[in-house]
Amino acid sequence: MSHLIEVNNVTHRYDHHKVLEDVSFTITEGDFVGLVGPNGSGKTTIIKLMLGLEKVQKGSITAFNKPIEKFHNKGHISFVSQKANSFSRDFPATAKEVVSMGLTTKASVWRPTTKKYEYLIFEALDRVNMLKYANHNIGDLSGGQQQRIFIARAIVNNPKLLILDEPTVGVDTENVEQFYQLLSQLNRELGITLILVSHDIGTITTHVNDLLCLNKSVHYHGNPNDFENMTDEQRSIIYGHTMNTITHHH
Amino acid sequence: MLEALLNFEILRNTFYTGLIVGLLAPLLGTFIVVRRLSLISDGLSHVTLAGISFGLLMQKKYTLLMLTPFHTGIFFSVLGAIVIENLRHVYKSFQEIAIPITLSIGVGLSVVFIALADGINTDIYAYLFGSVAAVSRADLYVVLVTAVFVIIVITFLYKELFALSFDEEFATVSGIRAKIIHYLFIIMTALVIAASIRIVGVLLVSALMTLPVATAMRLAKSFKQTIIFSIIYGETSVIIGLITGYYFEIPPGGTIVIIAAILLALTLLIKKWYSAYIYRG
Ligand SMILES: Nc1ncnc2c1ncn2[C@@H]1O[C@H](COP(=O)(O)OP(=O)(O)O)[C@@H](O)[C@H]1O
Ligand SMILES: [Mg+2]
Repeated sequence: MSHLIEVNNVTHRYDHHKVLEDVSFTITEGDFVGLVGPNGSGKTTIIKLMLGLEKVQKGSITAFNKPIEKFHNKGHISFVSQKANSFSRDFPATAKEVVSMGLTTKASVWRPTTKKYEYLIFEALDRVNMLKYANHNIGDLSGGQQQRIFIARAIVNNPKLLILDEPTVGVDTENVEQFYQLLSQLNRELGITLILVSHDIGTITTHVNDLLCLNKSVHYHGNPNDFENMTDEQRSIIYGHTMNTITHHH
Repeated sequence: MLEALLNFEILRNTFYTGLIVGLLAPLLGTFIVVRRLSLISDGLSHVTLAGISFGLLMQKKYTLLMLTPFHTGIFFSVLGAIVIENLRHVYKSFQEIAIPITLSIGVGLSVVFIALADGINTDIYAYLFGSVAAVSRADLYVVLVTAVFVIIVITFLYKELFALSFDEEFATVSGIRAKIIHYLFIIMTALVIAASIRIVGVLLVSALMTLPVATAMRLAKSFKQTIIFSIIYGETSVIIGLITGYYFEIPPGGTIVIIAAILLALTLLIKKWYSAYIYRG
């Protein structure tokens, strides 16, 4: 098992405000990782550092065995942003066009929409069960449907690692379970390593096989079952005081 | 006008420039509108006016100069574009402040240059509202080169520009070099604005970049369709606007924009009636 991402002793400040302190962890190929922590605990920040959207100030990050500063993403790492849903509703684009954005690095300049790329787009739409919405306007779809389109956009280029930052925000509760099933499929059938970010520790532990609790520093990293088996008190010490009640006891 | 078109080269030049501008302005305008940067074209057109006034002043003082106001206008516009793009990075969370800053500097400089060149004359009037008889053959060539450049860049970078317009963060993560593409884009915008000013004038150039797009967005289902419809609306407005402007001796900036506005109103109305009709079965 190789390590796709290695984070070593990363400390990060915005102005003088320290949001990450001495964070280290590794992401192993094939895992379905849950990255949890309360709001403001630095989850989005560590993701941005891993994606090269923020500069590493202290410590180091390696992606696919290359220092992140030298890593040029050619489709290995893909991303569904926390802000994916905040695009303008009037934006004139079809679901299909949105998915096509995931192929930018791949698409040849000379033949922008060859049959092969069309095929990849439809395949990705089919994966997320949105094939019949291909020509719908993205703004007309429901929050959950839009989220599926963004996942299709993120997987259309066949990434090795997919990072999703709070994707279930804006998805209604009855669709959340389906959503997790989709993610499990991507992980098991396509072999995509997943990092799922959430501030809600309740539902996530039953779906992931690696749990990472972050609150400025790493408070727990390991098997989600061991975490489930702790007492509430132990867990809340790890997670921080704003922990949601755990709803999925087995 | 057809007969006149055949007989007078300058009218022909204007007409060809109009056709080119009627394509380029809505083409770039589509990206500008969806990126919510419509006001940038206003900022840039006023900077272009400063360049034009500077050119008029230079022409007056140094008659032998090869530089025409059109050239200095292009130069100022591109310079203004670079300033706007840099200001947008300085004021990350208030990016729109870049526009009033450049716009007011543009107007300020224009006033100074115009005054130094001894005040408003017919030339300035043509630059403010457009003219049917202002395009020399040399100008037309510059516009043609601009068109070739813009169309090549957009063909090559269509996917990148589209992805950046929709979601800059995702585009950056997928390896698109956002910064350099933003620069290219705003420089193209500056060039198209400078070219359009000959036809529609400083005050109305942003209308030609936004009105056809606003109309197209009401009808189009996809981004590609939005571009195509915008160009159709843009060309229609330019052709009808130039012809009516010529016959009624009105600066074409006015007639073109009025036609574009009428098309917008008609489209909205027809769409409303149509959906009411569908709704009733
Ligand atoms: N660009 C920024 N500039 C300044 N402070 C920021 C910025 N982004 C995030 N922060 C602050 O850093 C802390 C961690 O934020 P974030 O990483 O977004 O946490 P999370 O994703 O876990 O909610 C928060 O206190 C937030 O207000
Ligand atoms: Mg966050």
